[in-house]
Parts: sequence; C-alpha cells; structure tokens
Amino acid sequence: MTELQIWTYILVGASFVLYFGIAWWARAGSTSDFYVAGGGIGPIQNGMATAADWMSAASFISMAGIIAFKGYDASAYLMGWTGGYVLMAMLLAPYLRKFGKFTVPEFVGDRYYSKTARIVAVACLIVISLTYVIGQMKGVGVTFSRFLGVSMETGLVVGMIIVFFYAAFGGMKGITYTQIAQYVVLILAYTVPAVFISFNLTGNPIPQLGLGSTMADGSGIYMLDKLDQVITDLGFKAYTMQNDSTINVFMLTMTLMIGTAGLPHVIIRFFTVATVKDARSSAGWALIFIALLYTTAPAVGAMARLNLVNTIQTGEIGAADSNLAMDARPQWMANWEKTGLIAFQDKNGDGKIQYYNDGALSKAQADLGAAEKALKEAQDKAGDTAAAQAKVDAAKTAADAAMTKYMTDEKTKKFADLGWKGNEVTKVDNDIMVLANPEIAQLPNWVIALVAAGGIAAALSTAAGLLLAIASSVSHDLMKGIFTPNISEKSELMASRIAITIAIILAGYMGMNPPGFAAEVVALAFGLAASSIFPVLMMGIFSKRMNTAGAISGMLAGIGLTLLYIFWFKGWFFIKGTEMSPNVAANWFLGISPEAFGTVGAIANFVVAFVVSRFTPAPPEHIQHLVEDVRVPRGAGAATH
Amino acid sequence: MLDRSAKAYWAANVRLLSICLVIWFVVSFGFGILLLDQLNTIQLGGYKLGFWFAQQGSIYVFVVLIFFYAWRMGQIDRKFDVHE
Repeated sequence: MTELQIWTYILVGASFVLYFGIAWWARAGSTSDFYVAGGGIGPIQNGMATAADWMSAASFISMAGIIAFKGYDASAYLMGWTGGYVLMAMLLAPYLRKFGKFTVPEFVGDRYYSKTARIVAVACLIVISLTYVIGQMKGVGVTFSRFLGVSMETGLVVGMIIVFFYAAFGGMKGITYTQIAQYVVLILAYTVPAVFISFNLTGNPIPQLGLGSTMADGSGIYMLDKLDQVITDLGFKAYTMQNDSTINVFMLTMTLMIGTAGLPHVIIRFFTVATVKDARSSAGWALIFIALLYTTAPAVGAMARLNLVNTIQTGEIGAADSNLAMDARPQWMANWEKTGLIAFQDKNGDGKIQYYNDGALSKAQADLGAAEKALKEAQDKAGDTAAAQAKVDAAKTAADAAMTKYMTDEKTKKFADLGWKGNEVTKVDNDIMVLANPEIAQLPNWVIALVAAGGIAAALSTAAGLLLAIASSVSHDLMKGIFTPNISEKSELMASRIAITIAIILAGYMGMNPPGFAAEVVALAFGLAASSIFPVLMMGIFSKRMNTAGAISGMLAGIGLTLLYIFWFKGWFFIKGTEMSPNVAANWFLGISPEAFGTVGAIANFVVAFVVSRFTPAPPEHIQHLVEDVRVPRGAGAATH
Repeated sequence: MLDRSAKAYWAANVRLLSICLVIWFVVSFGFGILLLDQLNTIQLGGYKLGFWFAQQGSIYVFVVLIFFYAWRMGQIDRKFDVHE
C-alpha cells in the first residue's frame, strides 16, 4: 500500500467515524426530530448545515474544473448558485418558517386548499430530488474508486450503505449535526490546497486575493493577464473574456438562481430554525459559508489552468525542448490516465506533448478514429461493412478538409509550420481538476487525502439531504397527508425509512448504469425547480388573489414547457437518437440552451397562473387571512403537522 | 387601525425588498453580464472590473445584502410591533 493510500484510509475513515458518532448521538426519537430536527437549530449552525447540504459533488468536484476551461463564461455558475440565496432570504424563507409546517408540498396544499395541488408539488419534488441524487451517488462512486483503489461499483455500494444508515436513523436532527462536521471537512479540504497553490504562484496565501495579484516569479505581471496571454498564444480564447452569447449567460444565471431558491431540500432547512428572524439571517450565514468555497473556486480554476499549461508548454512556443516529453510526464498524469479522464496521443510522433487549440482538427481526427474503429468491428463481426466504410470515407474527407484549413488558417498556421498535427491532449475531463490539483502542485500526500475526504463529504451530505426531502414527501405528504391520514407517528417514521431505502436502491442502480446524462440531470433538476416550485411558493406569499386553479395550471405549464424543451434537444427521457433537433445554438429558441431554459418555464408558470386565476373564483376568506398571517413574524410557533 | 398597520408593515417590507433586489440585479446581471465589456476597460488591481464582479464581487455583495435585509427587517418588525 502506498503512503497516499494509507493517508486516504486514515482521513476518510476518521471522518466516517465522526459522522456515525454524531448520527448516533443525535438520532431521531420523534417525527419532529426526524423532519425538522426538533425545530431548535441556531442560525449559524443551520447556515453551516445548509452550506454542506447545498455544496454537492457538483460544487466541490466539478465547478472549478468548469471555470478552469470556460473562464468568464462559467461565472453563471458562481453568480447563479449564490444569488439564489438572496431570493430565498427575502422572498421565501421567513414566510415559510412562519407558516410552520414540515414540508414544501404541505405549504402548497394548505395555501391552495387543494390535495391535487399538494400531489402535483410532491411529484415535482420527487423528480427534482431523485434526478439530483443520482448524480451525487455517482460522485461518491468515482471518488471512492480513485482513492481507495476499488472498482466504481464497489465504491458505489459502500457509499449507498453509509448514506442509508445516517439518513434513515438520524433523520433531520442527525443529518443537521453530521452536515456541520461535513462542512468543516469539505471547506478545509478545498481551501488548504488552494492556499498552498496561491502562495506558490503569486506569493499571496489568500486565494481570493492571489487571483488578482502579480506572479511570484518577479515579472510583475498580474496572474490573470499572464493566463490570458499564455492561453491566447496557444490559440485558446481569452480567459477573462465572454465567448458564450450574452442572452445565454444571462438566462443560465437566472435559471440557476431561481432554481436554487426553489430546491426543496434547501428550503426545508429553514423550517429547522427557532424563529422567523433566525430564518432571515440563517440564509445569510449559509451564504457566508458557501461563499468561502465559491470565492475560492475562481482562483482554483484559473491557477489549475495555468499550472496545467505550464506543465505541458514548458517554454517559448516553437523553441527546442519547450514541450513536455511524453516519457517524462508526471505521476499524476499517469494516475488519471488509468481512469480514462485524461488522455494523450503523440500525433506528430515527436515524442513530446503539444496542448493547444487547433480549431476543428482534433474533433475531425477523433471522428475519423471512431469511424475506423467501427469499420474494424463491423469487419470482425461480418456486419454491415459497406455502411461502415461509407462512414469512414466521409470522416476521412472531413478530416482532410480540416487539415487543409488548419495548414492555411491564419490562426493555426504558425502551429502547422512548427510541425504540430493536432492537439495531443485528446481528453481532459473537467471533473479531475480539483481532485488532481494538489498533485499537479506537488503538495504533500496528506493534502491529497484530505481532498478525497472532502469530496466524499460533499457528495454524502447532499445525498442525505435529498433523500430526506424525498422521504418526507412520501411519508408525510402522500401517506399522512392524503392516503392514510390516521397513520401513527411510529408507522410514519417507518414509512419514511422505507422510502429512503427504495430511493437509495433506485439512485444506486441509476448511478451504476447512468443513462448517459450526468450534466443534463443537474440542468433538469434546476430547470424543474425554477419552473415549478419557486413560482408557486412566491405567488402563495405575495399574491392573495392566487387560487387553486392558477397554482396547478401554472406548475403544470412551467414544468411541462421546460421538460418539452429539454427533451426536444436531448432526446425523450434522454434516450439517445430520439432528439427532435440537433442541440446547437442555431436551433435554440432565442439562442437559449436547454440548461438555461428554466427561466422561460418560470415566466410561463407566472403568466399562466395569473391569467387562469383571474378567470376563476378568488380564494376563500380564511386563505386570505392565512396569507396575511404568514406575512407577519409574530406568533411563529414550532413547526407542526 | 390594526389592518392599516398590517398594510403599512407589508408596504415597508416590499419597499425594502425592492431596493435590495435592484442592487442584487445590478451587481450580478448588470455589472457581471450586461455591462461586462464597458467595465472590463477599468482595472481593479489584477482584475478587470467586469470579470471581478462576475466571479467575486457580486458574491460579496449578496452576503452583505442578506444581512442588511435581516437587520432592517428586524427594525421594521419592532417599529410595527410585530416582532417575536
């Protein structure tokens, strides 16, 4: 066993002992403990737990990688996934806390005096949470398999068992305290390597400031200017400039913001604090703890990109020995090559690696390679070789055309003149940047192991929070609220534990056999939350006139339109080959990508709800009183059912 | 009388809310996206200003905004005698 593996076992093992200990100590005795942690969590603790609940594998593992490769365009994630808390703190959290119930559908059902509305809300909630949890389970599997040296399947099963135990027995109370511990682990794991790397590159140990500082090499050049210059020299687009269309950046940011404010597993966290006042400030505390990671991420992304480029392009472009030799590549590259998440191919046979933007050449070459492979398979199996041969010919023509363009294109000609025949880093996955970062910067093994523990903490905490949201809506909204109202408290707890079990098995199965839609799932979850839950809650508080018919038709219109648009470009239920139109900007409605479409769905929800409610009877008087009561802080008792 | 006071309380809340949401929109969608190119001509240390708002500044403003809202609402609650 290597030293790194020993460190990983120690740190991951110790953190698990801690989580289990806490879950046991704070186990749920009553339904109130189970759903809202007994209702007595302080705003700072709740903020910390919310932050851990919120920052999933996507925030911890993927986001900095997206920033590293997209630069400015990835700002949509930074602003979107933080700005939603402003909306939540001002438009939803205090009023839902005053309302004082256990779940989001319960509010919808009571406010719109309709069991149908409650069922529609439960359906939205389950789809949102389940799609989201699948991605988390996969994140758990990937992290375990890389650092513990087990297969992806084994890693996933271990993760499922662990999540099951503390989500099922601890309930909200156990999860809240576990998440506080997980927050501490994940934020340390994120910032410790960032501090080292920032100090190495800029001499400034604070990553947020290091990003805006000058290089430590004495050149006096700002880090970001240096990065812009280095990558534009290699033909990439400038890091600090916008490349995506303005409308798409705008709509994606808005979708992520209102999706954040509408995510049920985050909203229910605000039911656990003692008062309305605490609910307001708790959102602020949550955002402070989130911002610690979110303001570090741009530095991690930019510095990782610079380190990666500098590792491969070691000197002046075109000078002798200015590129990393294939045989001399560092250990971290070899480690990640094994996982298939980074790949090299010496296209011009010079024994060195060239990493640059070659226009469309690499893609044409990759297509040709794939077509040739398919032809070989067809020949081996005596399949339809004629069709495969035709595809190879077409791909060859395309690759030749790309090569001709490459040799003559003004931007790429200088690379062609050097004898470079295409980008030789044929694959570099966004998701490896954070995990590989400490290795790239040659930090000690205990730091690398700490990052592994942090990644697992991030994925587990969010998975547990989502499972709890699913369990609450099944046992509390569907069984207790609608189908079996006379259920005892004990049976209700049992039902929610069964719901957790089923959800984990389903999520584990989907995580093991992903239908090929990891990133799309996240987009779908946010788009759905933005187009269904957020508008219905907001109108419930801010419009006394909003009624049952308006709420239900609004939710259905918002979710329906968003789903239709996503499926139109991504295939029905994400099945490849069933898409109605290629997923390219030219085909999009007003240039809005499927990921960014939730805002349009939300607008549809608001408009339909408004129009329908004007043509149907106003809500009864007691509902109008309920809305007035929710708007005033005084008299908020403990959350009840 | 009681009803008028409840109405005035809600109006004060909505007014504060509107101010906060305008700031929220201006720093993120305004400075970070719509005015990006104009602000990028201004340099803030090693940052282009538009880029800074998009990746750092708007997040700091969001945090301040929530606490400001919570603090002002506390004052308004007490003024209208609806605090807990």
